[in-house]
Amino acid sequence: MSDIAIRVEGLGKQYRIGGSRQSNRTFRESILDTIASPIRWLRGERNHQETFWALDNVSFEIKQGEAIGIIGRNGAGKSTLLKVLSRITKPTKGRVDLYGRVASLLEVGTGFHSELSGRDNIYLNGAILGMKHAEIARKFDEIVSFAEVEKFLDTPVKHYSSGMYVRLAFAVAAHLEPEILIVDEVLAVGDTEFQRKCLGKMEDVARGGRTVLFVSHNMAAIKALCDICILMSKGKVSKIGETGMVISNYLNTDVRSEYVRKQPIPKRKKLHIYGVRLLKNGIVENTFYNSGYLCLQIECEITETIRGAQIAFELLNEQDECVFSSTSQDQNGTKDVLLPGRYVFECQVNLNILRSGRYQISVASSVPNVEMLDVLENHVVFDLLDDSSPILRLGQNRRGVVLLNLPWTIQKG
Amino acid sequence: MTKTNITSSLNPVGKPLISIEPQRGWVSLELTDLWHFRELLLLLTWRDIKVRYAQTILGAAWAIIQPILTMVIFSVIFGQLAKLPSDGIPYPIFTYTALLPWQLFAFSLTNSSNSLVGSQSLISKVYFPRLIIPIASVLPALVDFAVSFLVLIGMIFYYHIPLTTRILVLPFFLLLAVATALAVGLWLSALNVEYRDIRYVVPFLTLFWQYATPVAYSSSLIPEKWRLLYGLNPMTGVVEGFRWALLGSGRVDGMIWVSVGIIFLILISGLAYFKRMEATFADVI
Repeated sequence: MSDIAIRVEGLGKQYRIGGSRQSNRTFRESILDTIASPIRWLRGERNHQETFWALDNVSFEIKQGEAIGIIGRNGAGKSTLLKVLSRITKPTKGRVDLYGRVASLLEVGTGFHSELSGRDNIYLNGAILGMKHAEIARKFDEIVSFAEVEKFLDTPVKHYSSGMYVRLAFAVAAHLEPEILIVDEVLAVGDTEFQRKCLGKMEDVARGGRTVLFVSHNMAAIKALCDICILMSKGKVSKIGETGMVISNYLNTDVRSEYVRKQPIPKRKKLHIYGVRLLKNGIVENTFYNSGYLCLQIECEITETIRGAQIAFELLNEQDECVFSSTSQDQNGTKDVLLPGRYVFECQVNLNILRSGRYQISVASSVPNVEMLDVLENHVVFDLLDDSSPILRLGQNRRGVVLLNLPWTIQKG
Repeated sequence: MTKTNITSSLNPVGKPLISIEPQRGWVSLELTDLWHFRELLLLLTWRDIKVRYAQTILGAAWAIIQPILTMVIFSVIFGQLAKLPSDGIPYPIFTYTALLPWQLFAFSLTNSSNSLVGSQSLISKVYFPRLIIPIASVLPALVDFAVSFLVLIGMIFYYHIPLTTRILVLPFFLLLAVATALAVGLWLSALNVEYRDIRYVVPFLTLFWQYATPVAYSSSLIPEKWRLLYGLNPMTGVVEGFRWALLGSGRVDGMIWVSVGIIFLILISGLAYFKRMEATFADVI
C-alpha cells in the first residue's frame, strides 16, 4: 500500500464541557473547584465534567493525489478533524499516519504582522507555513505577481486594503508545495474574480499530484475540486464516496421540508394547523440558495369564527437561536375576522440576509394577548447554501447571526 | 496517470513521515522538529526586534534610555540619599553593571511569560513546535543588552576601571541570565495559557525578585548567616558575576554552581511541564 497519503484509524477527540471548558480559569476558581469536587462527588454530581466527542472513531484512507472534500453541518467535527490532521491539537484516541509533508491553511494570513511590510510578511508567513527561506526567495516574484501588490511591497500591511491583504496572504499559501495540503474554507474571501483565481490555483495543486483535503460549505467548489467526499455528522464519518453522491445524500438527510399532521382535529379546537411546507417556484424543496426566496405555506382549518387571529413563524438556526419571526398580522393589522373553513397562509421569505446552514421553522397561531390556538414546533427544516454572491461568502468569516449587505457612503472632510 | 508518479517519487514506500497519536506519559522534546523550524525561530525573533520600536519617535534609543534612567534614579536615591555602600566603586557604574543583566532578565521573563497568550492566533491555526514561541521571545532582549553594553564600555573608560582577563567569563554569566529567564519563562508561559492570573503575577514577581537580587545595593550588606539562602537566587550569581568580571568587586564562589544547578532544575522541569501542556494549548488558549 505505497500509494496511501493519509491513514486515519479510530480517531477520537474528546472535549470537556462545563467544569474546565471555560478556557481562562483563574487559580482561585481551580482551587475552589478542587476543594468542592469531593463534596460534589458525595452529592452524586459525578458528571460535573461533562465530555463530548468532537471526533468519534473516525477512520478513512486517502490515496496520494486525491482531492477530498469534507462536508457536514456546523459542529459535525470537520474543523476538529482538520486541527488534528494539521497537528494543532492532539487526538484523545486513535492514530493518523501522514505519508508526506503537510501544510495546512486553516486561515488566510496567519501570523501576518500589521507593522511589517508586504515583503517581510511574505517571508514571515512563509516560514510559519513551513517553507524554507530559500524556497520563499525562489518563489518570491511569483507570489508578488499573483497577489498583484508589486507597488506596495515595502508598505506596512496595515495600510493595505482588505482585498490586497487577503490576496497577499493567499498568494503565499498558494505557493506552498507540500505533498498534502489541508485547506479550510479559505476560498471564502476576496472578490469573485480572485476567488476564481484561487480555485484555479487549488485545482492546479490537486491536478499536480498533490493530496488535497478541502473543507467547505460551498458545494459548487467542492464539486469542482474533489473527486471524493467525506460527509461528517456528529463527529463520525457518515458517508464517504463519490462527491456527487455524498453531496446529494447530505442535502437530503433528515431535511423534512413538508409536514402534514395526520391526526384528526381535536374537539373544541378553533384553529388547527394541518400542513406546513416550503416551496421554491411552487414545488416542495429542501435546499435553498441565499440569492432566492422561500415560500412558506401554512394550511389550517378553522372551526368557528375567530377575530384577530394570527399565524406566526419563527426561523431558528442550528444553534436554536431565533433569527427572526413574522406574523400574518404584520401587514394587515388585527381586525381580520376568519370564518370557518380551510385557509392557506403564504409568506415569501427573502433569504439574502441568512448565513448558509440548516434552519428550522416552527409555526404557531394565536389571538395576541388572548389565547394560543395551535403550535407546531420545529417541524420543517431546510438547508441554505451559498451561491456565488461574493458579499455572502466574504461574510462567512464574520460574526453575527445574519448577514446584511448595507449601503455605505464615504465622504471626505 | 501522471498524478501518482509525481508523489510516489517524492515519497517512497515505507514508514509514514508523520504519525499523530494521543499524548501519554513522558514526552520527548522533539529536538529534530525544533531544528527543522530553526528559520522560524530566527524570523520570529527578528519580527519582535523589528516591531518592538515601531511607531516610537526615539526608536531603539529606548534600549539605552531605560537602563540609564534607572541608573540615574538609583544613583540619586540609593547612592546619594540612602548612601548605600558600593564596594568602593562609583555608585552609577556599580548599579549600571548590575542593571544590564537584570533588565535583560526582566524583559525576557516578561516577554516569554506573555508569549504564548500573545501568539494565540498562531497556536490555534498552525502547527510548529510551540517551544519556538517562548524561546523567540527571550532573544530580542539580547539586542537591547548589546546596545546598552556599549554605554557600559564608555563608562568603564570614563571611570578608569582596569579591565582584566576576568571579562572572558562574562559570556557565561550572560548565558546564565538568559537561561534563568527562559527556564522561568517556560513555566509561566505555559501556566498563563490556562491561568491568566500569571499576567498580573509577573510584574510583582520581577519587582520582588529585583529586591532579592543585589542590583541597587551590594551583596556585602547581607548578613553572613543568610548568605546561603540568598545565594539560591540564580540572578544573584549573575549580577555578582557581572560585577566580578567587569569591576573586580562582587563575590563569585562555589555558590555559582548552586545557581547553575537550580537553573538546570527549573529549566528541565519547565520543559517537561511545557511539553505536557503543549498538547492542549490549542484547546484552552
